[in-house]
Amino acid sequence: MASRTMNNSVPAAEERPAAGGRLRGLLARMPLHLVLLGFMLLWSLPTIALLVSSFRAPQEISASGWWTALTPPWDFTWNNYDAVLNQRGMGRAFINSLLITVPVTFLVLLVAAMAAYAFAWMQFPLRNTLFLVMVALLVVPLQMTLIPVLRLYTQLEIDAEMPIIGGRIFGTNSYAGIWIAHTAYGLPFAVYLLRNFFGALPRDLFESAYLDGASDVRVFFRIVLPLSMPALAALAIFQFLWVWNDLLVALILLGDPDMAPMTLRITNLVSSFGSQYQLLTAAAFVSMAVPLVIFFALQRYFVQGILAGAVKG
Amino acid sequence: MIGRKPWVPWIWLSPALLLLGVFLVYPVADTVRRSFQGPRSEGWVGFDNYQFIIDNPQPFVADTHGAILNNLFWLIGFPLIVVPLGLVLAVLTSRVRYEAVAKSTIFIPMAISFVAAAVIWKFMYEFNPEIGTANAIAGELGRNPTAWLQDTRSPTGWLTKGTPDGGWGPLQVNNLALIGIGVWMWTGFSLVVLSAGLKGISTEVLEAARVDGANEWQIFRRIILPMISPTLAVVTTTLVILALKLFDLVWVTTGGRFATDVVATLFFKEAFVVRDYGVGAALAVVLLLAVVPVMVLSIRRFQFQEEIR
Repeated sequence: MASRTMNNSVPAAEERPAAGGRLRGLLARMPLHLVLLGFMLLWSLPTIALLVSSFRAPQEISASGWWTALTPPWDFTWNNYDAVLNQRGMGRAFINSLLITVPVTFLVLLVAAMAAYAFAWMQFPLRNTLFLVMVALLVVPLQMTLIPVLRLYTQLEIDAEMPIIGGRIFGTNSYAGIWIAHTAYGLPFAVYLLRNFFGALPRDLFESAYLDGASDVRVFFRIVLPLSMPALAALAIFQFLWVWNDLLVALILLGDPDMAPMTLRITNLVSSFGSQYQLLTAAAFVSMAVPLVIFFALQRYFVQGILAGAVKG
Repeated sequence: MIGRKPWVPWIWLSPALLLLGVFLVYPVADTVRRSFQGPRSEGWVGFDNYQFIIDNPQPFVADTHGAILNNLFWLIGFPLIVVPLGLVLAVLTSRVRYEAVAKSTIFIPMAISFVAAAVIWKFMYEFNPEIGTANAIAGELGRNPTAWLQDTRSPTGWLTKGTPDGGWGPLQVNNLALIGIGVWMWTGFSLVVLSAGLKGISTEVLEAARVDGANEWQIFRRIILPMISPTLAVVTTTLVILALKLFDLVWVTTGGRFATDVVATLFFKEAFVVRDYGVGAALAVVLLLAVVPVMVLSIRRFQFQEEIR
């Protein structure tokens, strides 16, 4: 895995400044710094614009540019967040996003790890063919699967109220339905990533465990999973973000506005309040808050996941 | 495990195989079947749905040619910007002390949803130059405001402040504005992966070349570039698949209006708005066929990696 080399020294081509050449070196490198800082500014500008605007009063947002708010007198307000979280059902949407995302992340990890263990450490006919088919499924466009899945869900519908969390027991407008669908969509990448990681664990460990009479279940829970924490963490973050950020699957499988996650709710806000930027900006930032916290807190694993899964489309 | 029963592996595999079969394999087969059937999946219609895509009989309702051309434009334009930009940034960031901060800054948009990105850019591209950042900057440069997401002129038409010319196919101001959003979101991915590839190159090789008197450009051209070409291939493949399957970005910004439809958004409209499952399914099959060569390439690469493992 390429990430193992992340901590190596940088193949820096920087010239070593001669005695007294420090300032000259800095000057010579000015273009480099300017270009880089320019890119950094350009890349953060849109997000900063969103953040600043979300704290401005409605009449100000539509009257003057967000950059004018950066100079005194500062006049920021929490009102937009109040309005979004309380009046537009966003609080419920936030909970819905969690209700959808957390179980899916857990299910994907469990089902994928089981399959990956079989692919990595068991012998059975068609092993390589099956695995290749799974790699191939990585590139199936998700949209293609929606009509058949929708019809299937209509046929298998169990139209009774799910206790506690709400929605149907199964079918469209059911949490169970969207959990299973998202889990399936996440599997090709998850099995691929975990199979590669499990396969790289030292063979001796398995052989001695098997010789000692350890069962597969024991080896799986006592050896494979604990040793694979980095890969599992990377995968969990990825899966969480994909499902949290998903619009398409929710759009098709959850028509009930009370079950809609953040992404769906915000999309509806955009179409009904197209120019009310005070609501849009605050809502967008609320939806970004969780991914951003995860990104900053677990950046290292996030990057590992990217590197390990660079084939995911 | 010694003496494992032959059915044991299948127990471990069964949840995954069941889910993949129901949610991916069966739908693909089902979609292929529907693409040869009528709007409501009744009766066989042969290749009529594919003929519809080729003939483009309703260019104002479902512009199949426009969608395919737009997809091609994305397919070429998007990786062509994101890969070199990521590579340049990977080289540049490796030479400064604030490497980690610089990379995070460019990487952050990867973590947010297309929906949030759409709100961000709707605001950036806002027509009113008092509010919209892009038009405010354009205004400083003496330009009248542009409706970035609606303007179908070619870039030259935009530069000469001309009227819509329509002679440029998908090379439209709004398509470029959309690709700009894609570049903002995905350059971080290209940067991070390529940067890791760069770090895999041993410093001794580079030092040796420097001792031999190679200049920085030669080192880049003759050592770095060949050595990270596998990484470049991975990044390019990923971006190509992304461009082919492109849906969310277009759907949440323009909804495919103003001639920005791509195959996946047109498919979605046919299947869920127009309710012509036949044409929708045929579009999905076209998309799948386009992905197949990329799929074959990634499988080859995977087998190659297995051999050297």
